[in-house]
This record gives sequence, structure tokens and C-alpha cells, in this order.
Amino acid sequence: MSHSSQVSAALAQGGDIPAPHIEYGQIGPMLLVLGIAVAGVLVEAFVGRTWRYAVQVPIAFLGLAGAFVWTILLGWRDKPHHVAAEGALGVDGPTLFLQGTILVLALISLLLIAERGSGRAGAAGGHFAAQASALPGSEAEQRSTEAGFTQTEVFPLMMFAVGGMLMFPASNDLLTMFVALEVMSLPLYLLCGLARRRRLLSQEAAVKYFLLGAFSSAFFLYGSALLYGYSGSVRLADISAQITKDAGSETLLLAGVALLSVGLLFKAGAVPFHMWKPDVYQGAPTPITALMASCTLVSAFGAILRVYYVALETLRWDWRPVMWGVSILTMVAGAIIAITQTDLKRLLAYSSIAHAGFLLTGVVATSRNGLSGTLFYLAAYGFTTIGAFAVITMVRDAGGEAAHLSRWAGLGKRSPVVAGVFAFFLLAFAGIPLTSGFTGKFAVFKAAVEEGATPLVVVGVISSAVAAFFYVRVIVVMFFSEPEADGPTVVAGPATAAAVALGLTATVVLGVLPQPILDLAGHATTHMFVR
Amino acid sequence: MSDFPWLSVLIALPLVGAFIVGVLPRERETLVKQTALGVSLVVGALALVMAARFDTGGARFQFDEKYWWIKQFGVHWAVGVDGIALTLIVLSVILVPLVMLASWSEDDRSGGVDVPAKRSVKTYFALLLTLEAAMIGVFAATDVFLFYVFFEAMLIPVYFIIGYYGGAQRSYAAVKFLLYSLFGGLLMLVAVIWLYPLSSKSTADGGLGHGTFMFDELSRMNIDPTTAKWLFLGFFIAFAIKAPMVPVHTWLPDAAQQSPAGALVLIVGVLDKVGTYGMMRFCLELFPGAAKWATPVVLGFAVLSIIYGAVLAIGQVDLKRLVAYTSVSHFGFIVLGIFAMTSQGQSGAALYMVNHGFSTGALFLLVGFMIVRRRSARIGDYGGVQKAAPVLAGTFLVAGLSGLSLPGLAPFVSEFLVIVGTFSRYRWAAVLAVSGVVLAAIYILWMYQRTMGGPKAPEVEGMKDLTAREKWAVAPIIAIIVAMGFFPQPVLDVINPTVKQTLARVDRHDPAPKTTGNVAENGARP
Repeated sequence: MSHSSQVSAALAQGGDIPAPHIEYGQIGPMLLVLGIAVAGVLVEAFVGRTWRYAVQVPIAFLGLAGAFVWTILLGWRDKPHHVAAEGALGVDGPTLFLQGTILVLALISLLLIAERGSGRAGAAGGHFAAQASALPGSEAEQRSTEAGFTQTEVFPLMMFAVGGMLMFPASNDLLTMFVALEVMSLPLYLLCGLARRRRLLSQEAAVKYFLLGAFSSAFFLYGSALLYGYSGSVRLADISAQITKDAGSETLLLAGVALLSVGLLFKAGAVPFHMWKPDVYQGAPTPITALMASCTLVSAFGAILRVYYVALETLRWDWRPVMWGVSILTMVAGAIIAITQTDLKRLLAYSSIAHAGFLLTGVVATSRNGLSGTLFYLAAYGFTTIGAFAVITMVRDAGGEAAHLSRWAGLGKRSPVVAGVFAFFLLAFAGIPLTSGFTGKFAVFKAAVEEGATPLVVVGVISSAVAAFFYVRVIVVMFFSEPEADGPTVVAGPATAAAVALGLTATVVLGVLPQPILDLAGHATTHMFVR
Repeated sequence: MSDFPWLSVLIALPLVGAFIVGVLPRERETLVKQTALGVSLVVGALALVMAARFDTGGARFQFDEKYWWIKQFGVHWAVGVDGIALTLIVLSVILVPLVMLASWSEDDRSGGVDVPAKRSVKTYFALLLTLEAAMIGVFAATDVFLFYVFFEAMLIPVYFIIGYYGGAQRSYAAVKFLLYSLFGGLLMLVAVIWLYPLSSKSTADGGLGHGTFMFDELSRMNIDPTTAKWLFLGFFIAFAIKAPMVPVHTWLPDAAQQSPAGALVLIVGVLDKVGTYGMMRFCLELFPGAAKWATPVVLGFAVLSIIYGAVLAIGQVDLKRLVAYTSVSHFGFIVLGIFAMTSQGQSGAALYMVNHGFSTGALFLLVGFMIVRRRSARIGDYGGVQKAAPVLAGTFLVAGLSGLSLPGLAPFVSEFLVIVGTFSRYRWAAVLAVSGVVLAAIYILWMYQRTMGGPKAPEVEGMKDLTAREKWAVAPIIAIIVAMGFFPQPVLDVINPTVKQTLARVDRHDPAPKTTGNVAENGARP
């Protein structure tokens, strides 16, 4: 705050502009990931086509792993609780927990993205179009496929997206947050359109996501502008201080908060801003869906938590009732619409919407337990959802992934292990005890009950029961129906198998022995967000 | 040996067994079955040794262990048994090996009805062992959270057993079973979560000053009446679905009709007991005020279950459905005894849980044996079985008579205690409940008459009598039913101290100064 006022004072006097003070060490993980992204672009420009994949994958891995280690060191060495980069970024416990989660989940997603198949028919060439610019069904497409091109641009694009995701929950002012939102979203729009098979569906998803995403960004920006008008600052702490002072126009404040919330809730996929989720999740290449369903969700909720816990905490009597409504709508609509789905990716998309509703109960709690519960839930859900999407990439027939539910009939007899693992993920989504899903739900529901939101929790458990119905239906199809004669085959590439194994391990461990991660989330939230 | 972690070992052992069975080669079916049976016998023996060391005059919870599990949530791995939990654990560990014996052949598991394809043997036995671990855990848990975990975890193996090994409508029945139970369980989850902030309130506000899920601490709380009523409902609805009580019983007949007979013994004989056990342990002791508030309504539903279940049982044409409806009626008696809140009523109810497990278990096993032979569960497809298979018919008669509470067989003692105990406080309920006894005679004897008596049906011609394996599966149960019909006292001695504590907690005293012991002895004399 003192810095920025100095800056404005200096500007007003027309004197020298002091050089901004950047704590490079504190924001290292973000810089590293974005740096690797830039390096990836250079690799695309200067390294020969045949070598690109071999270069891109290791640097992406090293970048993410290095950033993760850096994050751990930051949290472990000096337990930071301060702002960095002239107050634009917050470096505190919750942020580091979120960034660590995003980095681990991104690493697992990278396993899926880097998977090129074991060379068998139907799996070769990975998940991405050989050449995105070639029109679907055209000769150019055929040529590029035959030449065995691979679209290695996905790696730098993914790294840019992850960099944005890391920055989004760390942003301590609305403008930085907006920039992070765009850095995160733009590469994702592109990545959505790169599916190797069913390309038209994929491109349609990309266009939809882009259009709706652009709208929501505009909402976010407009909300930020109104809040600036209200408080004279885009800093979250200043907005909070202004609300405490009870000065300024309440109309500007409430309208600003409403518009800002639309932008934030859109990314989280809360009803009624969820329309993009099923289409995009279905159309996007499945590894990208996994990335969005885990990392983007974590990042979006991180930003929601920061905005509502830092800037708008004192306004909570105004936004809580609305958030109750959004949370109830999201849980109920997600669970009910999912029942009618027949495509597994769409089904998981609606499941993700329902889970966003459960997560919002933790946001509504506005307490330390609510914060730590939400953090734990995000981590738990992220692992499970990547695992589930990884399994979907493994079940294939001639036309690519066999994502239609009917094609999975009798998978339990054909490949008991794969079906069993998927069933376990579904039970975790349903929140059966001894899975991470249960621990997470318990954590947020407990926080909500402690803050007197018991009716919300009742709606939550009822929608869990509804949601259980469609998870169980998938299990019924896999195990209790007879396999078709020409059913899909299970193709398990080594990287995909590793991703599934990691997702499974996390789902079991966070369900049976959640204590260490709960402790970590608890410690991370001791001082809440920095202001 | 006093520090030996009896209960943790009892829970872990079947799980280890399930794992071993799971990794055995698929083709070695006999080895799989022998391993599973061996593990369950070891578990049974261990549990019986533990039961023998139980001190009826000792502390309420014995063999207790307590370690932190999830400190952040205030959750302990806390196990321990009181008299009632102990008898139910013994019931479970006796039934599991017998069920395995009765599930030995492919026919036993498929219920003899259209098998689409050969189904995995080892999965079935691994699921049975997993279920055994969950059953022991659910009765042993003294931490409410842990209880909930076992309560839900128990559903999964049953769901797969019904869905994978059941009859034609198996997936419908399995999903219905799971959704009913899950829905009830989730309502209970809200109540469980709610307990934590209540317990963290200061003692002046009726809390404990620290958040916990330990049952014995929670039962010392003074929850304000309105909250207590909500919490009571959360627990009660879950248990009523589980028990099952009318009108939330409809999953049971479907599950019963589709499930393999062996697993059915465990579903009705043990799993459903979690409902009535939970009512007694949690609904009454955690929320005594609310329990008293709800008593008239609960008694009404109990009486309704007794009569409605019995009437529907009379009308059934499917053997398994029939026995399932008789259970609805019997569970009505158990709930009646629990909520009468007299020492006879509750002792009777607790004893009834054990007796019903054995008597219905025997009935389901025998029905299963019949279905394997005739390949049909329709009553109309039988007739004159006693001429073709006299031993089968004879044991069926004994099991059936125990189902109608014939004096001299175990269920009589408990049913008598329940009715006497209810009569001393709620005369109307007892009078109505007695009609259930009359109806029981109709449904059991009429079923016997139609299947076993009369002229031999052509299809029954040449029906084989019980094999040695089948005799081994059912004989121990018949022996227990007869023995407990004459000597219920040892079991009552184990149960009674717990009942006394429950009643002390709900602050109810018997209206007439009769001791339970006397009544039990009277009841034992046929």
C-alpha cells in the first residue's frame, strides 16, 4: 500500500518514477513456468520438427517439477505471509498450497498430454491433431497425418496456461487477476480445438469456450472498473478497507461485486454460468479436459476464495445469501442434469459442476476451516478427476475414445482392473467413505455446519444422493451388463497408466490417511490470505 | 493378553483374507474357497475366544482401543464392545463361514436361475470377507465418525454381490438397495457432522468444550431439544431404512428376491441389524429427550411394520420375498421393544436381533437349497417336498417354527420379552403387536403346507435331500436356535448390563418392579 501511494505521489509530482521492487525469489515458481513457456516457443522456432517432442516434454516436466520444488521450499523455509511485486501478488500459505496443488496436477496432466500411445492402431499419434491449421477432412489433414506430424505447440501453450493458473489465485489486485485470467484462458481456448479425432466437435468446443469466456472476461473487467469507481483502487485490501469505512456508492459496490462474481463463477462452472462446461469438456482432447477439470478449477476457486475472503469479507452478509443460492443451484442442477447424460465426458462435466457446488459451501463458510476444507477438497478432487479422465483416454475403439456410456457395457468382464479403478474413482466422486471424495466433502460440510449453514449441507447431501445415482449407473453398465461383441479395447500407454496410478494412489491415501494433507492445508491457512 | 488389540485384529484379518483371495489365481477355485473359509473360521474362533473373555460385570466398553485417525476432524480409530455389540459380532462371525459353505457351488451363488456367464468365484468370496470386516467394524466402532465410515463402506460389497451375482433383475435391485441406504446414510452424515460443532461448545452451553466424535463423550452432552430432534431424525431415518421399517422397506423384498441366498443371510441377518442396533445405541443414548418425544410415532410405525409385513408375507408367491416380508414384521417387534424403553422390552429386542439373525438365516439358507434343486423361487412350483427330501423339509419346519416364535425355540423368548415389556407401558401397542404373532403362524405354516406338504408335485420327483455340506451349513444354526430357546440366560447376562445403561441414560424406569431375569426364566420354560 505504501509503495503504491508513493508511486502515485511521485507520478503526481511529475518526478522520477521509482523502479518497481520485485521479489524474484518469492514469485519464482510463476516466473519459472512462464519462462519455460517462452523457451518452449523458442524451441518451436529453432529446433527441427523431429526433435521438438523430445525437447519439449523434458523441459516442460523439469519446469513444472522445479516450480513445485520451489513452491515447497518457499512454504517450508520461511512460511511467507506478505505481498510481492509492489503488492500485485500475494505470497501466503493458501496461495502456496493452491500453487503446489496446481503444479502437481499439471504434472500428472502433462503425462496424459505427452502420451503418444504404444503404437497400436487407434492409439498412435497421441491425442492432438497432426496439424491444427489443416481443415478437418481435407487432403492437407491426410498428408500431415501420414507424415506423422505432431503438434508440439501444446507444450508451451500448456505452460502459459499453467503460469496463468498459478498467478490467478495469487493476484492481489483485480487488474493482475484479469491479466492472469487471460494468460490462463487464451491458451486453453486454443488447446480445446486441437483434438485429433472428432475435430469438428473439438473446434466447436473451442469457439464456444472462447466466446463465452470472452463475455465472462468482459464481465470481470466491468466489475473491476465499477469496484475501482467505488473504492478508488483495484487492490483487494483497499476495497475491503473502503467497505469497512462504509463510504462511497453502494450501488457501484454491489453492481461491481455482482459483475466480478459472474466472471469468477464462470471459470468455476457454477450454475447459471455452467453452460460451456459439458460442451467444452466433451469436445476438448481428453488430456486437456483433465487439465481444465483439475488445474483450472483449483485456480478459479483459489481466485474466488481470495476475492471473497480478502476484498469482500466484510460484505459477507450481502453476498452470502446469493452464494447460498448459487451453491444450491449448482449442486442440484449439476446432479440432476447429469442423470440424463450418456456420454462419459459430458457426465463428468456435470459431475464437475455438482462438485463446484459442494466447493462453494466451503466458500460460504468464510472461516479458516472453510478455507482449509476447500483447499483439501480441491486437491482431492483434482487427483480423482485426472485419474478418471485418464481412464477414459484408455478405452478406445476404431474411432478413437469410446466415450459413449453404452460402449462401456461389460468392461468389468473384459478389463476388470481398469473398470475397477474407474469404479473406485466414481465412488470417490460420490463421496463414499475411505475415498478422498468423502474426506473432502466432510471437510467443507463440517465448515459450513460450523458457520450455521446446515440447510445448505442438507441440500448438499441430498444432491450427493442424486449424484450417486449416475455414478452408480456407470458402475452398473460396466459390471452388471454383458459385454458387446465388438466392444472397445483398453489401450494403456505407460504415461497414461502412470497418471491413473498416481490418481488412484492419491484418492486412496487422501481417503484413508488424510491427516498429513489436512494438516498441511490447516497450517497453510493459519494466517488466512495476506491482505 | 489383556492389551491384545482384539477388535482391530478381527477387522483386519478378513481384509487380509480378502486380499489374499483376490490375488490367488482365478482357476484355483477350490483353493480360493478353502482359503476364504479358513480365514472366516479363524476370525470366528478368535471372536469366540474374545467373547468368552468378556466380563459381564465389567466396564461398558471392553477390549477398547483408541488412536487418533484424522486429528484435524477430531476422529479416532476407536473400537470397543458392549454386550449388545458383542452378541451381534458373534452372530456375524458365526454366520459368515456357514454362508460360505452354503455358497460353495456355482448353483448356490447364482440361485439356480439363468446364469448369463460364468462369474468369478474369487470376487464373491473376497467380497464376503470384506463384508465381514465391515460388519465387525460397524458394531465395534465407538467413534461416531468411524461408525459412519463402516456403515457406508458396508454397502459397497453388498452392492456388488447383488449386482454381480443376483437374479434377472439384479442391477435394479442392487441400485435400489444402494440408493436407499446411501440416502439414509447421507442424512445421518449431516447429523454426524453437526455433532462436532455441538461438542466443541462450552460445557455451559451443553457441549464438551472440545470437538469430538467419541460416543461415550457425546452421550454426556446436553443438546438443546430442538437441535436434538433434528439430529435424532437424521440418525433415525437412516436406521429405519436400514432396519427396514414400513414405509421405507421397499428395497428389501427386491434385494431379497435378486440376491444369492447366501449373501441374503448376511444382508437380512446382520446388515439390517445395524439399523436397530443404531437406534438403540445412537438414537436413544445420544438424544434421549428426542427419542422420548418421538416414541409414540415410532411405536406406531413399528406396529404398522409388524402387521403390514406379516400381511404382505402371506400374500407373497416368491419364497425369498416372503421371508423378506416376515423380516419386516420381525424388525417391527425389535423396534417396538427398543422404544418401549423397559428393561424387558430392550433385553428382548437385543436378544431378538441375535435370534432373528439365526432363525431367518436358517430360513434363507434352506430356501436357497430348495431353489438350487427346483430352479425356481415360486411357491406354486413346489409341493410335497417332504416326501422327496425329508431332512430338508424337517429343518425347514424347525426354522419356520422358530420364525413364528414357537416356545422352545430361541425367538420365542425374545418376542415374549418384547411383548411383555411393551405391555407394561404401551398397552395398545402390545395388543396390536400380538396380532403379528397370529399372522406369523399363517404365513409360515401356509408356506410350509404349500411347499412341503400335499401331493408330490411332478417336478419335485427325485429332488435330492440335503447333502453333507448343506447339512453342515445349516445344522449349527438349528442347534443354536434350540439351545437358545432353552438357555437364553447366558446371552441375556451379556446383554442386560448394556440395556440397564441405555435405560439409565434415557432416564426411564420400569413401570412394574419385575426383574428381567425372572421373566426370561419364565419365558424359557415352554
